[in-house]
Amino acid sequence: MSNEATLHSQEVIHGAHAHDHGHDDHEHHHEGGFISKYVFSLDHKTIAKQFLITGIIWAIIGAFFSVLFRLQLGFPDATFPWLESILGHWAKGGRITPEAYYALVTMHGTILVFFVLTAGLSGTFSNLLIPLQVGARDMASPLMNCMSYWAFFLASVVMMTSLFVQTGPASGGWTAYPPLSALGDASIGSKIGMDLWLISMALFVVSQLLGGLNYISTILNMRTKGMTMTKMPLTIWSFFFTAILGVLSFPVLLSGFILLLFDRHAGTSFYLSDLFVAGKALSNEGGSAILYQHLFWFLGHPEVYIIILPAMGMVSEILAVNSRKPIFGYLAMVGSMFAIVILAFLVWAHHMFVTGLNPFLGAFFVLLTLLIAVPSAIKVFNWITTIWKGNLRFTPGMLFAIGFVSTFISGGLTGIWLGNSSIDIHLHDTYFVIAHFHIVMGVSAFFGTFAGVYHWYPKLFGRYLNNTIAYIHFWITLIGAYLIFWPMHYEGMAGMPRRYYDYSSWESFKQFTDLNHFISVVVIVVFAAQLMFVFNFFYSIFKGRKVTSTNPWSATTLEWTTPINPGHGNWIGEIPEVYRWPYDYSKNGKDFIPQTVPLSPDEEKEGH
Amino acid sequence: MDTAVTAKKKWWSGGHSPFNVSYGKLMMWYFLMSDAFTFGALLISYGTIRFMSTSWPDPNEVFHSFPGMGHTHLPLVFVSLMTFILIMSSVTMVLAVHAGHMRDRKAVAKWLSWTILGGIAFLSCQAWEWTHLHEAGAWWGRNPFLNVDGTIASTNFTNFFFTITGFHGLHVTSGVVLNIVILANVLKGTYEERGHYEMVEKVGLYWHFVDLVWVFVFTCFYLL
Repeated sequence: MSNEATLHSQEVIHGAHAHDHGHDDHEHHHEGGFISKYVFSLDHKTIAKQFLITGIIWAIIGAFFSVLFRLQLGFPDATFPWLESILGHWAKGGRITPEAYYALVTMHGTILVFFVLTAGLSGTFSNLLIPLQVGARDMASPLMNCMSYWAFFLASVVMMTSLFVQTGPASGGWTAYPPLSALGDASIGSKIGMDLWLISMALFVVSQLLGGLNYISTILNMRTKGMTMTKMPLTIWSFFFTAILGVLSFPVLLSGFILLLFDRHAGTSFYLSDLFVAGKALSNEGGSAILYQHLFWFLGHPEVYIIILPAMGMVSEILAVNSRKPIFGYLAMVGSMFAIVILAFLVWAHHMFVTGLNPFLGAFFVLLTLLIAVPSAIKVFNWITTIWKGNLRFTPGMLFAIGFVSTFISGGLTGIWLGNSSIDIHLHDTYFVIAHFHIVMGVSAFFGTFAGVYHWYPKLFGRYLNNTIAYIHFWITLIGAYLIFWPMHYEGMAGMPRRYYDYSSWESFKQFTDLNHFISVVVIVVFAAQLMFVFNFFYSIFKGRKVTSTNPWSATTLEWTTPINPGHGNWIGEIPEVYRWPYDYSKNGKDFIPQTVPLSPDEEKEGH
Repeated sequence: MDTAVTAKKKWWSGGHSPFNVSYGKLMMWYFLMSDAFTFGALLISYGTIRFMSTSWPDPNEVFHSFPGMGHTHLPLVFVSLMTFILIMSSVTMVLAVHAGHMRDRKAVAKWLSWTILGGIAFLSCQAWEWTHLHEAGAWWGRNPFLNVDGTIASTNFTNFFFTITGFHGLHVTSGVVLNIVILANVLKGTYEERGHYEMVEKVGLYWHFVDLVWVFVFTCFYLL
């Protein structure tokens, strides 16, 4: 009885909600002030824009940091007086100090992995697309959704603050391994900067939890009538799996951080044992630094799938729309994502092959790691088969989606090398690893994001991005990414270790002086191209070509059945009902059939 | 809304919840799964460090005091009482939820009050135990207890004890606060107006979870 009453009242609440907001865009403009419309907005579309714009700002900062440390790596002997003007004593005489170098590398990793490619990518598109594509007025709990963004914002503020403290931000690498991260005396970057880093990341975990719970319950509970799980676009499946990964793996990271904070401030020895700092023996005994690595990578590995799954989902959608063909192997796509989610939890120790991990145990992690190649390959073949003989439309979104498939293949293949523990002994902590994960996870996820931004920009802002700038952006980014990271494979195979400040003092790495020089120049060019995209993004919000049809890409999914600039509540009047899967392209002589069109008698006979 | 459950009803076809639950309850279940991973990680860390150590203090020798009993050797008696209190508070929570189903406002208020009382009693016991251990010289980074084989123990026995029971105590505290908020709403008649007592069920889920976690914490620190 009570359960029925609950569900009933929920229905009533959503119904009322629809009445409040569903009428007309104009009416909406008069509701609430600037604060409730743009700042503490409950509308999932506004929250998506907040995540996106915050992500863009972080991406500029994070990428700029990489430009700074590439200057050091590419031009170790040169001085740049302007560096001293912006970094002060961190770049005395125009050359970045070793401490600043480590801080820049650490923050580059932290910012890009968490703030840009987790919050900026899945935060943006989960928020934008889940309600729009499953046919809901908003998220299950718009308030928690709003809190999710503001927890992320607070995390951002704390992280940003850490850049300006006297001893500098955390600088022990984005993985924050103890004992370096646990002992304030171990390095200048292990002082207050490290605490701020941990606090910021704890807030980030809260943001992820609030967001993730919302994504899961919206997808499960609030699908419109007819939207069975297997009629959902692959984007929604990917956000669903991403949210589950986040909800189950981030808490483990939080536990690891709690123990680390105690080690830093309460005199505990969870991760510490038998240590000397500055010639003095520490009393800490009985802890294990490897324990932290287990806790970290139990999140850390699923995290790479948290980053790549949303990109995979969006790419699947964009490839199908712009090939005018159904996605190839829909259920295989869902199944392989599910397999990736399960395997994501079972492979973390492949980051730890050289920690002294028992080789017998390592063998299982090798096997499970290599198994991921199976679902990944299924997805790649399905993408290629989807565009095979398709009627391709090379929109900027489509180009980036194809670029994603390219970089995912090139970066994924090297994963098979690194997944073998015996090869990993040679390649661990070299530029080979840098090349691998930047291509497969960094560049690919960025391509997925760009594809998503170009494709759904008309839904976000009711305008298009400038195509000419978009094409220039794509080609410079694609070619540039390969020019930057491809050579790093050779450096890594020659044994060049990552995280070093200056390679010119090693005889064996002097052969790479010109190559490093070259890479750094390309980095600067690619960074400039990204700024062009940022300009395009903000310029087009106000001056872009206006969208004139509700369905500019002739796509089948529900977000294109809303008005061009949907108000809070998304649909005017009733939420549309769904009758078919989202990939009816070039079917029965029609270019596309939207999900809202009932099955024809012929189709029903075919047994859909 | 159609709530008649027939064999033919297509639960997953959209338009309603596939589990016949509200989004709030669904979120609570997923949150508890997430929180289970938090505690799981802490307890597994504890297990890892303990197995790495050659020896470990004997809980019967550490937890043997009872308030007002002086130096009488009463191993694990006090913690058994604590555990009993917490489990009883789960029982009263079940009764509160049941009363909610019956739409019996008075009974909900009564059983919820008992639950809150149980929670506060448990926290008070924990406060006494912590104070007692602190007086004995135990704290984060300080461990006065010897290993069971007579050797000097590392501080990780107390480190983990205070961190994990503290983290659990924090959960109980937030549970008590949540229960008080819900009780206030029950007394105000908020749920009577709403037509259901689902909020009581949701905090009930949380409360049982915290109780369940204690069973694991209790086992790991006091029994093993």
